[in-house]
Amino acid sequence: MYVAVKGGEAAIANAHRLLAETRRGDTAVPELSVAQIREQMALLVDRVMTEGSLHDPDLAALALKQARGDLIEAVFLVRAYRTTLPRFGASEPVETGAMTLRRRISATYKDLPGGQVLGPTFDYTHRLVDFALAAEGEAPVAAEAEPLPDAAHAPRVTDLLGNAGLIEPSAPDDGTPPADLTREPLDFPADRALRLQALARGDEGFVLALGYSTQRGYGRTHPFVGEIRVGTVAVEFVPEELGFAVPLGEIDLTECQMVNQFHGSAEVPPQFTRGYGLAFGQSERKAMAMALVDRALRAEELGEPIGAPAQDQEFVLAHCDALQATGFVEHLKLPHYVDFQAELELVLRLRAEHAARHATPQTEMKEAAE
Amino acid sequence: MSAATPETGYNFAYLDEGTKRMIRRAILKAIAIPGYQVPFASREMPMPYGWGTGGVQVTAAILGKRDVLKVIDQGSDDTTNAVSIRAFFARTADVAVTTRTRDATVIQTRHRIPEAPLHEGQVLVYQVPIPEPLRFLEPRETETRQLHALAEYGLMHVKLYEDIARHGHIATTYAYPVEVAGRYVMDPSPTPKFDNPKMDDCPALQLFGAGREKRIYAVPPHTRVRSLDFEDHPFRVQSFDTPCALCGAEGVYLDEVLLDDAGKRMFVCSDTDHCEERRADGHVGTGGMETAHV
Repeated sequence: MYVAVKGGEAAIANAHRLLAETRRGDTAVPELSVAQIREQMALLVDRVMTEGSLHDPDLAALALKQARGDLIEAVFLVRAYRTTLPRFGASEPVETGAMTLRRRISATYKDLPGGQVLGPTFDYTHRLVDFALAAEGEAPVAAEAEPLPDAAHAPRVTDLLGNAGLIEPSAPDDGTPPADLTREPLDFPADRALRLQALARGDEGFVLALGYSTQRGYGRTHPFVGEIRVGTVAVEFVPEELGFAVPLGEIDLTECQMVNQFHGSAEVPPQFTRGYGLAFGQSERKAMAMALVDRALRAEELGEPIGAPAQDQEFVLAHCDALQATGFVEHLKLPHYVDFQAELELVLRLRAEHAARHATPQTEMKEAAE
Repeated sequence: MSAATPETGYNFAYLDEGTKRMIRRAILKAIAIPGYQVPFASREMPMPYGWGTGGVQVTAAILGKRDVLKVIDQGSDDTTNAVSIRAFFARTADVAVTTRTRDATVIQTRHRIPEAPLHEGQVLVYQVPIPEPLRFLEPRETETRQLHALAEYGLMHVKLYEDIARHGHIATTYAYPVEVAGRYVMDPSPTPKFDNPKMDDCPALQLFGAGREKRIYAVPPHTRVRSLDFEDHPFRVQSFDTPCALCGAEGVYLDEVLLDDAGKRMFVCSDTDHCEERRADGHVGTGGMETAHV
């Protein structure tokens, strides 16, 4: 019998071979290519990149293939790869105001410089299953695109508000490099840059639920979508030996600027305040949820009463990471028999003492009742 | 040391040298302030949080090419997670591995301290899920750090007292809090309290790594480690009525193995290496010989 608890090594190896076979599925069905995942599961790839904190569509697609489509497992693979990459330095801040736009909408203005650009969106589709997709056919063709507004003619909504002094200015850049959540331990209270980092790589579902909770009264912030913009920005880097910025390439981003109510204080006149969300690729839900939670977490800074979960940075930051959460929840699968034995011994002892204490009176009561 | 091992393409023991230096600095600080939880920039590791990422990072930071590594989980070298972590270091660091406690220079453990006494020069690396002994009494890190700074441990004593008032016993059976070097109250990781006395005045260096919570702490060799208790309710460890069924050992921690669904069971050493060595020396338990051949 004792043999049954041994033999872990062979069991692990066999389980992994079975996993590999199961991942492939029915070999009569053609194997998925990484390029197919990258092109046709693009929003999933974007989410893996966002929560994996690494912009690499091919790697994210490969991770999804290896993970059998398990999102968090794919994020895990990307993060474990990312952690081994050398750091050359930090890029210049990306200029989302100069974004090559693919989509740009504002809920605060009916029309605005640069206009509303719907772009590729599920919004306003009817969610009817399209059975025609089950049959492979001709590639769909988009309508002839109107020329998109160039960046100079589509200023950020928050800049428009800012020019009129209606919204708080963004904190000026004082030159201090932001702390890096992945290179330094998180220390509370965390500043906004750190909080935004944690939210950006945080689990979309968790951040979404927290953002939602603020809409339902748990830390209300009266939000409006000032603007969501999706498009391409250039990433630039200043090599020490050159001393000027050189372009490294382009990445796709989704940026959400929430505009929130603020009644003002003794020092500050009433004005709107900001909540900010940023994600890789087209990840609108994540960017919006992040912006809501970012604003909620500013409650202390803005002198608002604190009591809701979304306003509590220790609660939010300590629990938003899907890898930390899944790791610790799933570790309950690991053997715990040493500790269980200790608990078992205590329960048995307490039960024996309980039985000894109650033996006589309990039998008497039973007899009386019957 | 910085050359990538040809087999894996990763640095020796997986982590890059910069990260190892950062972890070593945290370890040195932890040794200098016994029982104090030192924040460190825990990295993402290729195994999940909660499965030993803290211990693995500490081991990776201290491992040298001539080290001999032993990894146990629940006292056993052969449980799945121990096998996995040992294989990880065998692959990324190519170090010698062993199951014999006395031969190992570095022992990574989850939930147990080996039965065989540790000796000078050995390092015991604990995997820690929740490093904060006060966490379940006060969920906020900002609060608990203050409590430690002020050595304000009244909460913990009240909790232990309430146990006694309610159950007649202190109802903490594992992760039983200890006071280190007369100053910091420390979580010994979820080892059964049976193992607590082994931490006291231990000749080996004890290092604790919590990856998800980003903390490292330490008990230097020959440091006083006292399990919290009261004068009229002194600390006591679990005791077992029967010796190990395989090797007849007494005064060791036993696992209960269910033999059938009719309540048949046997108790065997949790520390498999200790049990095997005793059997090699000719010790036989009451149920050992028949079951070993099944």
